[in-house]
Amino acid sequence: MRKETASSSRPWLFVGTIPDEDFPLVLSRFTASGRDLFLGSRLCPVNRGTPAMLAAASIAHAHAYPESRKAPLHVLAAGDVGGGRGSREVYRRLVALLPSLRPRGITFHYLLPDVDWHNRILIAIEELPEKPVLIADAGYMYAAKMSGYAESYDLFTPDIGELAFLADESAPHPFYTRNFLLADEEQAEELIIRAYAGNNAARHMLVKGRVDRYTHNGAISEKVDAPDVPMLEPVGGTGDTLTGIVSALAASGLALRAACTAAFMINRRMGFLARPTPASSIADILTFLPSACRSA
Amino acid sequence: MSVLSRLRSAFFRLRRGKAEAPRVPDGEVFLVFADTGEVIRAERILKAGGMDVKVMAPPPALRTGCDMVLVISLVHALRAVATLEERQLAPLRTAQAKDALLEPVSLFQTKDYGEWLMVRAANMKLTVEKSSGRIVNVSGGGCPDVPYLAAELVGKSILEADPAREGGQTLCGYALFLAARELRKLHASAKSGADA
Repeated sequence: MRKETASSSRPWLFVGTIPDEDFPLVLSRFTASGRDLFLGSRLCPVNRGTPAMLAAASIAHAHAYPESRKAPLHVLAAGDVGGGRGSREVYRRLVALLPSLRPRGITFHYLLPDVDWHNRILIAIEELPEKPVLIADAGYMYAAKMSGYAESYDLFTPDIGELAFLADESAPHPFYTRNFLLADEEQAEELIIRAYAGNNAARHMLVKGRVDRYTHNGAISEKVDAPDVPMLEPVGGTGDTLTGIVSALAASGLALRAACTAAFMINRRMGFLARPTPASSIADILTFLPSACRSA
Repeated sequence: MSVLSRLRSAFFRLRRGKAEAPRVPDGEVFLVFADTGEVIRAERILKAGGMDVKVMAPPPALRTGCDMVLVISLVHALRAVATLEERQLAPLRTAQAKDALLEPVSLFQTKDYGEWLMVRAANMKLTVEKSSGRIVNVSGGGCPDVPYLAAELVGKSILEADPAREGGQTLCGYALFLAARELRKLHASAKSGADA
């Protein structure tokens, strides 16, 4: 697998929110151990959302490709339960710190979609001497699409419903996507073409579903359908872990294509090893991530 | 034109566009609120008062990313605003709708997992244990209230849990509220079928 050799000391920055209104704005390194996630010295429960992504990233960073030169993982996050105060604190701080942090990559996650702030941040990124790798998932992917600058991103990680949203040029949020419920696995390839044709897709995409699809510049380059674990669909957080894993692999020096296909396999393998039911929690499933990374 | 200059011009165009007044009327009025949480509360109040009100996407010039407006017929608009003012929930502005507004997803998909039943509304999925009606999982979505709502809802009965009351403040939170409402109906009809 091709490895990138330069800039490994520049950090990889994860940007998101913590589902606790009182959680302060934090910029720190983070580690996951067992069921505990620490943002600096602060303990944060591993629930779905950004904490699940961070836990997966930390574990994958530690266990996958141990021989590679890895960028350190940092997080910028604040408490937000939907009102947007924490998201705005994060946006404001991000614009201020980008010139000094100069991250090698940025993964944007659960943030209140806000096109004004999205565009301010993209301007700040475009002004950096070296453009970081940009990954967007969840609310920030919605804002990136709505802004009209989806093409500025290196990777989106939509599920099939979010893909339908990317393919619908007029929808400002998945909630308003036309024919959303007709979006099914069988339509995936048509939706991918429409998303790229409307310039509403990132350069690379991981489309999550019963069949996972990796796309690059409009073409489906790889499909992964095994191991098949249908019980994972109702479990909240499995998309968050995929975003964490692919980001950690990219931070470990893998080129995006290799990181994408390896992440699909690791995430599926983790789900398979966990033997989940629809009542399983992502914290339970994450305990199988070290084994899944070792067998990748 | 570089990405940066395109961004700068689009950014300032967008900001100018937001200050423009909405255009001429045609029989429906939309009510704009400070945030989605207020829209959800206002909808409940107006529906409880017997008014026919719909949730829609705002016109493009007013969109910020995660928002919705309430649409009501012109003839009921004054009564709606007065009702909301009484509850300290006056809209930020009212404007008559000119263009067709986007409608939210209104259909549901259900998936049977044997002991469990999952309902999808838009991008949100809610799963309950059939025998007890206990919520076991919340999946999908991308707005920051989703992880919070998931933590609040899992373990509660679908008959008692209400994502709007638990603090849903975004479009994803609203979709979860719709999924919960649908699951309550399904659970109640399955129970009454079993009791008959």
